[in-house]
Parts: sequence; structure tokens; C-alpha cells
Amino acid sequence: MELSFYLVQLLNAIQYGFLLFLVASGLTLLFGIMGIINLAHGSFYMIGAYLAYGLTEMTGSLWLGILLGLPIALLVGYLVERFAISFLYKRDHLYQVLLTFALILIFNELQQILWGTDVHGVAIPAPLAGSIPLTENQSYPVYRLFISAVCIAIAGGMSWVIQKTRLGMMIRAGASNREMVQALGIDVNRLFALVFSLGVALAAFAGMLAAPVDSVYPGMGENVLIISFVVVVIGGTGSIKGAFIGAMLIGLVSTFGKVLLPEMASIMAYALMALILLWRPQGLFGRAH
Amino acid sequence: MSEKNETGISRRDFVIKGSVATAGLAAASVLGPASFAIGGQARVKVGILLPYTGTYAKLGTNIRDAMKLRFAEAGNKLGGREIEFVDIDSEAKPAKAQQLTDKLIRKENVDFLVGPVHSVVGMAMVKMARGKGPITVIPNAGADQLTGVLCAPNVFRTSFSSYQMGFPGGPAVLDDGHKRVVLMYWNYGFGKQVAAAFKKSFLPAGGTIVKEIPTPFPKVDFQAYLTELAALKPDAVYTFYAGGGAVKFVKDFAAAGLKKSIKLYGAGFLTEGLGAAQGDAAEGVRTILHYADTLDNPANHRFRKAFKDATGARADVYAVQGYDAGELILRGMAAVKGDTGARAEMIRAMESAEIDSPRGKLRFSKSHNPIHDIYLREVVQGENRVVRVAARDQDDPATGCSNA
Repeated sequence: MELSFYLVQLLNAIQYGFLLFLVASGLTLLFGIMGIINLAHGSFYMIGAYLAYGLTEMTGSLWLGILLGLPIALLVGYLVERFAISFLYKRDHLYQVLLTFALILIFNELQQILWGTDVHGVAIPAPLAGSIPLTENQSYPVYRLFISAVCIAIAGGMSWVIQKTRLGMMIRAGASNREMVQALGIDVNRLFALVFSLGVALAAFAGMLAAPVDSVYPGMGENVLIISFVVVVIGGTGSIKGAFIGAMLIGLVSTFGKVLLPEMASIMAYALMALILLWRPQGLFGRAH
Repeated sequence: MSEKNETGISRRDFVIKGSVATAGLAAASVLGPASFAIGGQARVKVGILLPYTGTYAKLGTNIRDAMKLRFAEAGNKLGGREIEFVDIDSEAKPAKAQQLTDKLIRKENVDFLVGPVHSVVGMAMVKMARGKGPITVIPNAGADQLTGVLCAPNVFRTSFSSYQMGFPGGPAVLDDGHKRVVLMYWNYGFGKQVAAAFKKSFLPAGGTIVKEIPTPFPKVDFQAYLTELAALKPDAVYTFYAGGGAVKFVKDFAAAGLKKSIKLYGAGFLTEGLGAAQGDAAEGVRTILHYADTLDNPANHRFRKAFKDATGARADVYAVQGYDAGELILRGMAAVKGDTGARAEMIRAMESAEIDSPRGKLRFSKSHNPIHDIYLREVVQGENRVVRVAARDQDDPATGCSNA
């Protein structure tokens, strides 16, 4: 194989990593800051994809679909936090697992009622529908490059919010010592509702962006859920930087695993997780407990 | 104290006569045809184990709706008896298959068992049902073993075997002038069997397999494999993907610009019922299948209209398989006039059935697998149009079957 082959694979790996990061960053926020194990995170990804599909059909434009879909996703997140999750902060993780598992079933059922069981596709918006020739017979879809660019922007934006703003300070403080933050007079209830809604919106946004390259189908959320948990565990729970590095590692390992060790492809990501946990049980950027 | 009570029947009488009567009733319901049971005719119980949630939800729904449509056309009666459905969502989860099948067979005591979609669920189901279990009709699951090693007199299939999804593909690709082929498929039982059957006809006829690329099931991230495919530069690629995976594969393949240099082929599920989701990306993709929406025969026209009227949805190959499952059960029950006890006679009627199916003529092999024509189709303007018949009366070798 020539060098160009590996360069294209590298591009594939990075691109996959960015998409993973978008889903996993929301998950790590919720787990690290609020201590919530959110099994329904994949469902929010699915909801995003279906919103993109439904609203694009309605308005004729993916951009309008995303613009209208994001507030809906935020609202869904807010309602779920207020009317379900908020009752369980003081409970054991097992209750959260039960509740969020129930949410998966409810959202799957709602999806079938609202959109049926067909597999759907969303057209790539015209200006981004083209491809760039890479090798003599393969080209690269512009939309995939666009996704990567958006993910970089979001990663940058998140890091700015968390490092430089007052909200970020509260989030970081809440992650390291919840009681102290509360004692200092910060309204933790509001903070948590906000963080949860943002986490949900991130997952939904990932689903919306991915809708044109992925297909939109029942049960699609479960496929991203497990690998997102792997990313979060590798990176260290609660660490955005960790989620980013974790997502990139998984992107690289699974892409090159497929090419170099095809028989092992499906377990590569999990093998990597096991190795990293042996070396650092708290994950790459997690704090030791 | 008198032995007689107010009704004039002695206690001894009551006990003896009562037990005789009860025993008689019990015997009647066990031995006699169910139609003699007290209170009119007993209903025929049809157990359905199909997925209504998850990736295969659409398939399960269409199979069930089409089977019920066939029953409704026949007046909702099987051999003169009313029908009772026991309908369970299999979720296409192999881990639940045994428990759910057990529920239908032992708790519900169904007369017929219809399902499933997923091959691995099918294996668990057939292992429990074969032999003494209810008459079983498989309306989709394609694992070769179901009418191979696991075949049984009471197990029928109205869909296909994986062999029939691969074997006719070899000559079809060669006849189109492609000699160097890459095989890509989901790496589980069904995908592997399709690939093996393809090689069985393709290699002896002079074709070359450049490489086999099995991809993890049910993952839909194909980008790395497509880059590899581009570097291998074959004439054509023969694939097995279905549902969401098929939509993504066809779109990614087109987006990678590979349509210009590599011809895309596959088992029919690659483009079946997915036209709206795949759009232009699917144009020109060729697949083999025992059905095409555009088949021009009276049974197909009639069926497509009836299905549309009944459900509002477009019929597809899965609906056809469900419809034929309904027809097969109707034939069996008509032959024995509703007497489910006449098992041998019913099985004889079912295995010799010749059905005028929407797919064309449908017969059954000794192993109870379909014998039918396989069509080569091409997507033109969003429709799977028949290019030619790829194989007439395609049978299955039924490896390891003791019926055959």
C-alpha cells in the first residue's frame, strides 16, 4: 500500500474521532459534573438525527432543521432533568441506570409512534454535497470535512467556556466539590439543569450533523452509546480534554485496526480501554479517587 | 343422615359421575378434533415472534401485516376455524429468543409458530420447535442450517436461504463482464454463508476474488474499508448489508466517488425498500433477489394494491414472504379442514403446495425451503427493475438435512 493510502486512513480516523468526541463530550460532562450515568445519551443522539430528518423534510433545509431542532433538544433535556433526573441526585447510581434505561425504551417507542420504522436519509445541503479527489479513484466528501471543522469549533468553544468563563468556573468547581459550591451560594439546581440540557443538546447536535452521512433508523442510538462510554472511560470521567484525546485514540485505533488487523477490528477499542485502565484506572485525565 | 342431598343425587353418584364426565371432556378435547369442543369451535392459535422494535422493526411489521392481510382475504378463518393471534416482539435479540419461543410453545400452546426475522433468533426458535413443536413457518431468517442441519418435517420457510442470496450472484456478475471481485459483508453467520455461496459459483466459472473484507456486525462505519477497496481497484464488489447498514454503505460508496470505477453488487437487501433513504446514491446498483417491486405478474399487481390499501405502506419482499407464510398455513389447514391433529396430512399438503406468489411460482424442496426464480435487478429512478432472471428455480443444497 502506498503512503497516500495511509494518509487517507488517517483522515478517516480523525474524522471518526471528531464525531465520537461530540457525543462523548456531553456524556462526560453529565457524568463528571453531575455524577449521572446517562444510558439515554444515545437516545438523544437518535432524537437529534430524527429531528434533523423531520425538520429538514418540513422546511427543506438542513440548516433550518438544525436551527429549529436545537431549542427542541435543549427543552427535552430541561424537561427530562426537571421531571426525572433531578429526583435521583442523592440516590445510588443503580437508580439512575434504571431510570435512564427506561428513558431509552420510552424514546424508542416515541420515535416509532412519531416517525415509524422506516430507514430514512437526509440529503447533504447543496454547497457541501461535492467531493474532493484524493487518489486516482477515491474522493472525499466535502461534508465530512465540514463536520470535522464544526467539531473543532465546538471543542474550542467548550474549552473556552470551561477555562475562561464564570459558568465554566462553576462547572469545574461543581465537578471537584459539589457541597462547597453549594455552600458558597451557587444555585446548584439551576447549574445542573443547565449542564444537563447542554449535554443533551450536544448529543442531539451530533445526531443532526451525522444524519446526512449516517442513515436515520430505529435503534441507531444504542450503536453510539457503548463506544461513547468507552471514550469517556479512557479519557477519565468528567474531563473534556480526556474525552477529546480518548475519541481521537479510538478513532485511530479502530480505523487502523480495521486495515492492519481486520480479524481483531471489533475488539480493538475495548482492548485499548482495558490496557489504559490497567495503566491508569482513573482514565488518562481523570482524577484518582 | 341421608346419603341423598337436595338435588336427589347421592354424594357417591356425584363424585363418580362427575369424574367420568370430567375425564370424558378432557379426553374429548385431547383426542377429538378441536371443532367438537363445547361452546362452538375452538380457535386456532397462531403464535408470531417478530421484531417490532430496533433495526428490523419495519421488516417485522410488514411480515405480520401481510400475513394478516392474506388471512383476512380468506375470511379470517383457517380450515373453517376462527384465528387467535399471540403476537410477541422478538426485538431481534438472540438472548431472548429461547424464553419467548418457550412462552409461545408451552404456555400459549400455539398451533402455528411464525417467525423470526433474525437468523440467530431463528436458530434458537427452530431448535425448540422442530419435531414435536407447533407447525413452524419462517418468513425471513435465512441461515442455511434452518432448512439444513436443523430441518424437520414441521418446519417450513417462505423466504430464502443465505445460499440462494450468494450462489446466483457469481454467474450474474461474470455475465456482466466483471472478473476481479472484492467481497464485503457483515461478519456474522448470514454474511459468511452468502460469501461462501457466491464463491462456490464464481470461482469455478473463472472469477477471481481479489480480497474478502468482512466488517464487524452491526457496525456501520465503512470509511476505512472503502479506502481499502479503492486501493484494491477491483472490477466489482459483491456485498451483503441490510437496513440502516445498507443505506449507509450505498451512500458512503457513492460519496467516496467509487461508483465511477467499481460496479456495486449485492444480495437484494442492499437496495430493498430503501430507495427513499438512499436517493441518487443507489442509481445503477445491481442486486439479486427472489422479488422485485416491478415484477409484472397478476399476483404481484393484486398483492401490491391490497397491501397498500390495507396498511398504507408500500409492499416489499418482506411483506411478500409474510403473505406467502399466510398462504402456506391456509393451504395446510384447508387440507385437513381445520383438524390440527391431522399433522402428517397437513405437512404433506404444505410441502406439496405450489403457490402463485407475487414473486412468481413458489414451490418447496424436500427440506421445506423455497424453490423460486432469482432476479438480477438494477436501481433505475429509485426502483428495483428486473434486468434478467439470474437463476431459474433456484434450489438449496440443504446440507445436513435428514428430510432431503
